[in-house]
Amino acid sequence: MSISDYTLAIEDLTVSFDGFKAVDALNLYIDKNELRVVIGPNGAGKTTVLDLICGKTRSTEGSIMFKNQELTKLSEHEIVHAGVGRKFQTPSIYENLTVFENLEVSYPEGRSVFGSLGFKRTAEIDERIMEIAKEIFLEEFLDMEAALLSHGQKQWLEIGMLLIQEPELLMLDEPVAGMSVKEREQTAELLKRICEGRSVLVIEHDMDFVASIAHKVTVLHQGKILAEGDMESVQNDPAVIEVYLGH
Amino acid sequence: MNFIYERLLGGKNGMVGIAILAALIFIILPLSLDLFRLNLVGKYLTYAFAAVSLVLLWGYGGILSLGQGVFFGLGGYCMAMFLKLEASSPENTAIQSTPGIPDFMDWNQLTELPWFWTPFDNFGFTILAVLVVPTVFAFIIGYSMFKRRVGGVYFAIITQIIALILTVLIVGQQGYTGGINGITDLRTLNGWDIRTDSAKYILYFINAILLIGVIFLGRYILTSKFGRLLLAMRDKEDRVRFSGYDVSNFKIFVFCISAMISAIGGAMFTLQVGFMSPSFVGIVPSIEMVIFAAVGGRMSLIGVVYGTLLVNFGKTMFSETFPEMWLFLMGGLFIAVVMYFPNGIAGLWEKHGTKLTSCIKKMQCVDTVKTYISNKRVAKAEATGE
Repeated sequence: MSISDYTLAIEDLTVSFDGFKAVDALNLYIDKNELRVVIGPNGAGKTTVLDLICGKTRSTEGSIMFKNQELTKLSEHEIVHAGVGRKFQTPSIYENLTVFENLEVSYPEGRSVFGSLGFKRTAEIDERIMEIAKEIFLEEFLDMEAALLSHGQKQWLEIGMLLIQEPELLMLDEPVAGMSVKEREQTAELLKRICEGRSVLVIEHDMDFVASIAHKVTVLHQGKILAEGDMESVQNDPAVIEVYLGH
Repeated sequence: MNFIYERLLGGKNGMVGIAILAALIFIILPLSLDLFRLNLVGKYLTYAFAAVSLVLLWGYGGILSLGQGVFFGLGGYCMAMFLKLEASSPENTAIQSTPGIPDFMDWNQLTELPWFWTPFDNFGFTILAVLVVPTVFAFIIGYSMFKRRVGGVYFAIITQIIALILTVLIVGQQGYTGGINGITDLRTLNGWDIRTDSAKYILYFINAILLIGVIFLGRYILTSKFGRLLLAMRDKEDRVRFSGYDVSNFKIFVFCISAMISAIGGAMFTLQVGFMSPSFVGIVPSIEMVIFAAVGGRMSLIGVVYGTLLVNFGKTMFSETFPEMWLFLMGGLFIAVVMYFPNGIAGLWEKHGTKLTSCIKKMQCVDTVKTYISNKRVAKAEATGE
């Protein structure tokens, strides 16, 4: 299989902060329709990898190819336009706007200054927003100010704000943190549904949740890949056990 | 039709708000004040342009500029240059050693008009310059700061420094700018004497119309997706950036628009007051404009107009009686607004105004109950045949 067959191909990716290598010569390949989960102890560099892909942090070396397009040279909004969406660790939504407006602002139209001034709500956009709201279990809250949503609902809203852009690579940083058991189940269901037709990269700590969604798991440790494979083989890997349980 | 109703007039509430404001500045104030006081109100209303510009920039955009006086001043100076050239015709300045140039240039041994003054003998060019010069200046500042992601308190400090630099520059280059005295002794606009009573009335109304127009422009911007994006950027800039927007472009645009709005106010100031000086450019006027916006309510295009009027009336009253105390009072007012009613007058109205109206409605309810009871009594009395 050549590199161009992957949705995302990361090669020799390195970033160093004043000599400390947070990510060290990382290679990571993600297929179309794949749901990959990245796990690892605190400080392993998981969030940094997402930061590098979406352009929040600039790499020192290496390449990130997304659909044969080099991302390391693009600015943040260009990476989004290329088809990469990223959810932040703490729910990052617009608290002063309603759920509807949150989704509307994220709708990929009228993205330039003058485009946004002339932007009109069409029936098509309304429909799309309704569709997404249904998918993220928020169709009854469209007119509610986003600040009033529960923590779990805010997480869903942010996922919805990404879905409305139809990204081909969706990156989620701890999507079920702070969710109730029922909300976790609903989220797992949601993730399984949305990884059709796109690739999803998830960072998560909750092992039960990981086991329920992951196609393949990558274990990061000190900026390097420690193990990769299905959940069972990774869980039985002695190196992984050592890292997680300590010496 | 729907567009005008929803977007410009802001629905029923917005329409009532703008109608009340228009009634106040078009009818009530002109009828109840003498010309001297009305001219003062006209002057205050030119500051309201800067306050309105701060609603867009600071209230919605979250970008605090402590340099709106720069743009107000640039607009004012552009207008003043035109009026000054017209007032400095060779006949009017025959006693100068170089007739035909502004008097302060002659005093500073200049013998010919500087190149950047010459186009200002054309009125069309001047109007264009009033709008374009401050906007281009704002674009340069905005581009160099927002593209580098300078924001928050750093932006505020830098804009304040720019206000200071510009003041120093104007004061220092006396021969080109009129120095600390500013550009004074302005007389006619295309031959029309702006010092007469009728001209003062006309300019007052032109200013009022422009102010309402600018409020409509603000409404248009804030009710568009652009307005929602401004709020979104103020809240979670990164989320907007990682939703595919080039955040800096939006900030540059709103900064330019706010500069242009302030500049219109500045030009109208020159026309109504009859001079322009560096004391309307520097740090103090710039901060005063922020206070006007804060007191009026930085989220309300209409509220800030009331804020501007109230603070300025207060200033006039207090500075007549306790001139030294005014600045302290103004500082205290600003702190009080920020601490106790962060949404200003508009916020107070929103909070207690609805209570007031519902209270009135309740009283009507009490009345209907009363009539209902008395009707019952009458009916009962009739039934029992008394």
